[in-house]
Amino acid sequence: MGLTLGVTVTYLSLIVLLPLAALSHRAWGAGWGAFVDAAQSPRIVSALGLSFGAALVAAAFNAVAGLAVAWVLVRYSFPGKRLVDALIDLPFAMPTAVSGIALTAIYAPNGWVGGLLEPLGIQIAYTRWGILIALIFIGLPFVVRTIQPALEEIEAEVEEAAASLGASRWATFRRVLLPALFPAILTGFGLAMARGIGEYGSVIFIAGNKPNETEIAPLLIMMRLEEFNYAGAAVIAVAMLVMSFGLLLAVNLGQWWWGRRMKGVRA
Amino acid sequence: MSNFASRTAPRESALVRWSLTAGVLVFLGLFLVLPLAAVIAEALGAGLRVYWESITEPDALSALRLTFLVAAIAVPLNMVFGVCAAWAIAKFRFRGRGLLLTLIDLPLAVSPVVSGMVYVLLFGLHGWFGPWLRERDIEIIFALPGIVLATIFVTFPYVARELIPLMEAQGNEQEEAALVLGASGLQTFVRVTLPNIKWGLLYGVILCNARAMGEFGAVSVVSGHIRGKTNTLPLHVEILYNEYNTAAAFACASLLAMLGLVTLVAKQVVGRLARGAQDDGVGSELLAGGGAR
Repeated sequence: MGLTLGVTVTYLSLIVLLPLAALSHRAWGAGWGAFVDAAQSPRIVSALGLSFGAALVAAAFNAVAGLAVAWVLVRYSFPGKRLVDALIDLPFAMPTAVSGIALTAIYAPNGWVGGLLEPLGIQIAYTRWGILIALIFIGLPFVVRTIQPALEEIEAEVEEAAASLGASRWATFRRVLLPALFPAILTGFGLAMARGIGEYGSVIFIAGNKPNETEIAPLLIMMRLEEFNYAGAAVIAVAMLVMSFGLLLAVNLGQWWWGRRMKGVRA
Repeated sequence: MSNFASRTAPRESALVRWSLTAGVLVFLGLFLVLPLAAVIAEALGAGLRVYWESITEPDALSALRLTFLVAAIAVPLNMVFGVCAAWAIAKFRFRGRGLLLTLIDLPLAVSPVVSGMVYVLLFGLHGWFGPWLRERDIEIIFALPGIVLATIFVTFPYVARELIPLMEAQGNEQEEAALVLGASGLQTFVRVTLPNIKWGLLYGVILCNARAMGEFGAVSVVSGHIRGKTNTLPLHVEILYNEYNTAAAFACASLLAMLGLVTLVAKQVVGRLARGAQDDGVGSELLAGGGAR
């Protein structure tokens, strides 16, 4: 025990704690003024808002689409199902830069999909829509992989009981299955959104990176670092960390609230 | 897997089933299959000769070598750490255990750019140790050590997270029995614990390696993008792409996409082997129980 714990703590201290100390020291050294300045900079506020907002919308879309994917994979059978199931993890396994340039190639005005949409006046690559597409791609496995086991665990008897009591299929889904799946959906949503807030590789190629419009927060950090403006970078990084931890807290609160509500229903 | 197909559970009408399945398949085709197809089409679009030249050109080869080198350092280190951390956390109860778990999960919640940036704040030109390192001519940022550190940071949760639930589920009985019978700590680990966790360990190592070889954001911050020197393969792809050298960018990207596909296949195979081993485990446990009775 002593040896393994020692190795673990030493490793974590060197790899995580020391760098985090440097980050907080740098942000602390920048002082409150730097945070106030950042809050008044339209460019920083817009980048943070975009990273948060796009991650939120993409995760919400994935909560619905991921539920449909998990449902079809768990409940129905069709040829090639195992292959499709394995493919769900592709966004995890594929390096983000590769996903980024592949999505850009598809949705650029001369791409396979972008070319079809261009005559209709719709542009996806180099706009906020492109950022959404990239974040939906990257977040999908988080939602599907958290809902799948929860869906597999639901007993058929519960649905049979609802049906024998006269509930329609849709009512059963809405009143029985959805509440049972809610915690898993919320967890998947939280994981996908947390990933989306900080996502860099898959987004920067398709985003267009126009200041105040399609410039994400991680890119702004990158630019500050290239200018050797460590304090400016640290301020944005701390703002992003606060957003991520706020999200985790909100998801946990949601789970707690739902658990209490469900207990109330049963009693 | 699910047993719904065989049950008489209430089901949706055929129309709903069909349209839902079709909708999901179209969505997945558009979002998962199309990007993969695009990589292959763009990579081979300019012909096989261009493809071959793009992946055998000196800068590409040196990027490939660096990617392998970084993974060869980071993955074994994280493997040792992951086993130690999982052992300490799963087999013992101590104060600060929750904090340790949170710290292990941290890189998954942090932007890759921030993961790379913390090392710049430590070792960069104007970082904590920057001036000290400069006096001694030690390069960390914009050099191999920085790339390795950033890669270790983003990939260290994978092995530990795979092993902790597995080791917790297995409990301590077998190890305690081995110790009582006179085995040393190391013997117990090699003979008892390791065989029990080998598939989980391999699974974690596969995930860790895929991320290590493919990491972009964190490495991008610390690498400095020096061609033929500090460019990993994902960074090389970015440079080629930004130079509008699309065919070469996608040729190199196709190597990384292949890494992704190999990872997917390996995951499936190891997952199946692990399930098989689990079933065997249950069987042998039942046998042992029968013998004891």
